[in-house]
Amino acid sequence: MLFSESVRIALTALFANKLRSILTMLGIIIGVGAVIAMVSVGMGVRQQVQTSIASLGSNMLIVSPGSSSSGGLRGAAGSNVKLKYEDSEAIKNKIKNIDYVSPTVSNSYQIVNGNQNWNSTVQGVTPDFMAIRSLTVGTGSFITTTDLNSRNRVAVIGTTVATNLFGTSNPVGQNIRVNNAPYKVIGVLESKGQSSVGQDQDDVVIVPLTTAQERLMGITYVKSINIQVSDANKMDQVQNEIEILLRQRHQIVGDKEDDFTVRNLTSLMQTMTETTTMITLLLASIAAISLVVGGIGIMNIMMVSVTERTREIGIRKALGATFQNIMIQFLIESVVIGVIGGAIGILFGCLASMAIAKFGNFATVITAAPILLSFFFSVGIGLFFGIYPARKAALLDPIEALRYE
Amino acid sequence: MTILLSGIKKLYQIGDQEVAALDGIDLHIKKGEFTALMGPSGSGKSTLMNILGCLDRPTVGSYKLDGEEVAQLGDDALAITRNKKIGFVFQNFNLLSRISAWENVALPLVYAGVGKKERMEKAAYFLDAVGLGPRKDHQPNELSGGQRQRVAIARALVNDPRIIMADEPTGNLDTKSSTEIMSIFSKLHEEGKTIILVTHEPEVATYASRQLLLRDGKITRDEGKGVVMDVV
Repeated sequence: MLFSESVRIALTALFANKLRSILTMLGIIIGVGAVIAMVSVGMGVRQQVQTSIASLGSNMLIVSPGSSSSGGLRGAAGSNVKLKYEDSEAIKNKIKNIDYVSPTVSNSYQIVNGNQNWNSTVQGVTPDFMAIRSLTVGTGSFITTTDLNSRNRVAVIGTTVATNLFGTSNPVGQNIRVNNAPYKVIGVLESKGQSSVGQDQDDVVIVPLTTAQERLMGITYVKSINIQVSDANKMDQVQNEIEILLRQRHQIVGDKEDDFTVRNLTSLMQTMTETTTMITLLLASIAAISLVVGGIGIMNIMMVSVTERTREIGIRKALGATFQNIMIQFLIESVVIGVIGGAIGILFGCLASMAIAKFGNFATVITAAPILLSFFFSVGIGLFFGIYPARKAALLDPIEALRYE
Repeated sequence: MTILLSGIKKLYQIGDQEVAALDGIDLHIKKGEFTALMGPSGSGKSTLMNILGCLDRPTVGSYKLDGEEVAQLGDDALAITRNKKIGFVFQNFNLLSRISAWENVALPLVYAGVGKKERMEKAAYFLDAVGLGPRKDHQPNELSGGQRQRVAIARALVNDPRIIMADEPTGNLDTKSSTEIMSIFSKLHEEGKTIILVTHEPEVATYASRQLLLRDGKITRDEGKGVVMDVV
């Protein structure tokens, strides 16, 4: 028997019971729709988390000096003094896919204003620092390239420092003494609160890198270089290029050990990806349950349909329908329910996802993968849950079936 | 030869008793014969009909249809045999209610793998032959009993079978329609078709050229063409 003939018979049967067919499809429609809507919500969450973690510095590379060694005696990590401001300039100029490069030095000093004093970390930075740490200046301004080039004695202070030294008065324009030298306060940072490891991020004094190196600390090296990579997927590539560049600049050849280390926050990225994947999976599996329930609905209706059409099956068998003919006829019926239900479900799922995005003020992401997957899943469910009823129909004894009232 | 039954038995297990619905049937039906199968209910004529129609298998014995042994074929092989060699006409018509007359007639051709165009042509031809040409697009519930049975006869003929099996074809019809239907069978007989008719009405059986009487699973009388043979 021709396949197209089987499809035609199945469609005729489905059309003969329109309401019942639609109700049966509803199970699949809701299932597929739920999977698509839920996955799109999950993907939306993922995207949002990705952006917010990226702002924490997920696509950050940190170059720090390696340990020094002399005569086989190795110092602590970072004790080496070969990482220079020029290295960071070279990275900025020569390597692609980089947004910001921020070399820093830091040390603890006593900060004094009039009769108030406070101990805080003084960081020497370049203007890129503000962007790379997502800092915002509350009042005043941040360090400029001019400050950097002329080694100006200017400082931007955190709110903790401001409160402790100035109380409620505005610090901008006033002078503070760092290590007994006067610095003009040009800005106060907006509060960032505690970091994830419990450090007060507002307890900081920021000065130009050159000022810190030459006027405050008397050093020529930098403690670390933070690099923000523009694309999280290019992390490895950029890291590799930086390593090659620095080896060149530091004249390290052959298999000699690097005098610097480049680290990244891959573990943070991984945790993020795992978490959001779990959320998506959770939502999808809840939705998938309704798809399975829809499949059981198909099976239920197909069983009823087989019983109801026992006589028809008997007639078909008497006229020469084989096991395969009857099996295919009923299987196609349930697969057609799966296909049509799946197609309508895709439509409803996309609409639901758009509605969530519009009314929930939440970005949902519709991708092809869950659409295709849930569609083929619903067809598969039609097939799977159709097998038992179809087999039952195909195994009917024609004599019994013809006698059935 | 068309049908050759030898030593056919059909046994059923009821409780721990074995009941023989057919108890040793030997029967030879030649091509072109119009045979009436008669007997009271419980005589085994339905069982014999099912075996002759390849709907059922005998417990023991041999059934040669067109020279081919079909007594112990598998389900699918029996289905194909029914499709190719046997046309059924039932008491309650057994038409599919949701499809039109011509689609009902064409149904055996669907399972024979015939293309749609040829199916339509053949179905139309046989509907014309039974006088229902103008009503081919009607559904069975729009037809009278006699018309439905004529659709069923067209369906039985459409695949050019060796045998027409008619199981009480006039059982649900009024006298006028019965006469019409039986005259169609007579005509088919004249055209050389082999017909087996199951009935319990003697008047209907008179249309046949040969009458078999079944009692307790055995053929007790076999008379035809004026020659009366008492088997027992």
